[in-house]
Amino acid sequence: MAEMKKVATRDSYGAALAELGAEHKDLVVLDADLAGATKTAVFKKAFPDRHFDFGIAEANMVSAAAGMSTAGLVPFASSFAMFAAGRAFEQVRNSIGYPHLNVKIGATHGGISVGEDGASHQCCEDFALMRSIPGMTVICPADDVEAKAAVKAAYEMNGPVYLRFGRLAVPVFHSEDYKFQIGKGEILKDGTDVAIIANGLLTYEAIQAGEILAEAGINAMIINMATIKPLDEELVLEAAKKCGKVITCEEHSVIGGLGEAVCSLLSEKLPTPVRRIGVNDEFGHSGPAVALLKQFGLCADHIVEVAKEFCGK
Amino acid sequence: MTSNEKKQLQITACKVRMGVIESTYGAKAGHPGGSLSAAEVFTYLYFKEMNIDPKNPKWEDRDRFVLSKGHTAPGLYAALANRGFFPVEDLPTLRHIDSYLQGHPNMNTVPGVDMSTGSLGQGISTAVGMAMAAKYTGKTNRVYTLLGDGEIQEGQVWEACMSASHYKLDNLCVIVDNNGLQIDGNVADVLSPYPIVDKLVAFGFEVAAVDGHDLEALEAAFEQAKTVKGKPFAIVMNTVKGKGVSFMENDAGWHGKAPNDAEYEQAMNELKAQLAELEA
Repeated sequence: MAEMKKVATRDSYGAALAELGAEHKDLVVLDADLAGATKTAVFKKAFPDRHFDFGIAEANMVSAAAGMSTAGLVPFASSFAMFAAGRAFEQVRNSIGYPHLNVKIGATHGGISVGEDGASHQCCEDFALMRSIPGMTVICPADDVEAKAAVKAAYEMNGPVYLRFGRLAVPVFHSEDYKFQIGKGEILKDGTDVAIIANGLLTYEAIQAGEILAEAGINAMIINMATIKPLDEELVLEAAKKCGKVITCEEHSVIGGLGEAVCSLLSEKLPTPVRRIGVNDEFGHSGPAVALLKQFGLCADHIVEVAKEFCGK
Repeated sequence: MTSNEKKQLQITACKVRMGVIESTYGAKAGHPGGSLSAAEVFTYLYFKEMNIDPKNPKWEDRDRFVLSKGHTAPGLYAALANRGFFPVEDLPTLRHIDSYLQGHPNMNTVPGVDMSTGSLGQGISTAVGMAMAAKYTGKTNRVYTLLGDGEIQEGQVWEACMSASHYKLDNLCVIVDNNGLQIDGNVADVLSPYPIVDKLVAFGFEVAAVDGHDLEALEAAFEQAKTVKGKPFAIVMNTVKGKGVSFMENDAGWHGKAPNDAEYEQAMNELKAQLAELEA
């Protein structure tokens, strides 16, 4: 198999904004001194009058985005996940969430694949924080194609959206004609033995795990669940019913993210054994992204290991 | 302003104060002190300064007001009700379960409220966003925001001031209600934000310091604001917390407490006497 093209979803974010910006004059982009890293610099270059840098002041940026949206603009407020969801949590909650304003938060550098910067910048709590806000849509796309589609879908829907992107270049496995829909999961491979539900960069790892498991005689269903909230409950229930076992995979704490969303649903509607793969209530540390992902078990090999143990093989 | 106009505004300010007492008494809670200190500025903004239409609260080209010190919603609601955005009779439902008059301003339930606020320090940032949006879209509307002197202890306020100045928001007017008191006591004792005027000047504002109960002084400041180009304008108002109700004046205890039956009677009697004198 030929080497797959790899793109970091933060690059997809910048590219999608520049593309959408050409069509929509109401789309504005806000940054907090990180336009080069969030890749919104592409937009800034194309539309300098619609890019606003707020300096290293995320709280003000987030609330200002709320103010802009009340005047009919569609702001994309960008920063690292740690600062957009973490530092500015209360601004997201009170300035954007409570009035349910049409602001999009573009959070790059999610998870431990931030790499060498270490724990202070490796946000593994953003899904939990953002999910807890009423009316907030939370999306973590898996690759370049899905990330661009998610930015477009976020622009097109009215209401607050949190989009999480990554720093690490990851394989582009979706074809260009992929149709993304907010709130809908995607079955990448049907199966009957165990359902593996993943998002972000773990989705491609899950695809690979599915292939390895097939060789070992385990027929895994692989699902890409880019939208964490609202969760595609129908699909999760269908997968749990069909397979009887569910594994969740995310580059996030096992507390409060996709795993917990799936567990909450299943425990109430269809009790099913679940294994959660994620960051196990600990901080990350410095290191090359790929090595860190392996060390923290956020890789195909570990998914295979968990699935085999789970299936008793 | 003409003396007749001034008298009318004074009458309205007195009615706003009565609304503050009616609503906090009806709620058995709420924040009368800082609502009363800002009664003149609420009145001036909604009855003289701002380009608004009570029949069309969401009119696109209206001037915007953000009550950054959101806990003084009773003052804002009383001004909005007297201006015709909703019935004055609804004011006593403040904070009641199922009332649209939420404890802190809610832009989705209260006609005339331009931004939901309550968490201190955030309102001014949203006002900055509104002013930036007006500039980008080529609108000529102005944006006003009112902060408490305790509120400016929040770091976000100064982030907002920095950005207002950086983006040369001459369509933004920041008002600070310097009544000197916050929940824990004197602002100067809790954590001094003084000197406020100097700080705002250092952050790139043109500043007017006025007596916040003097309507002519307020008029002069708001008129001056409109002549300044290329920088934001701030009005630092010296005020008396609890102004207009003798036993509430200059007492931090009335920051967030409702009057009981006897206090309500006394407060309303005092305000009715003031109104009668103005209308005489």
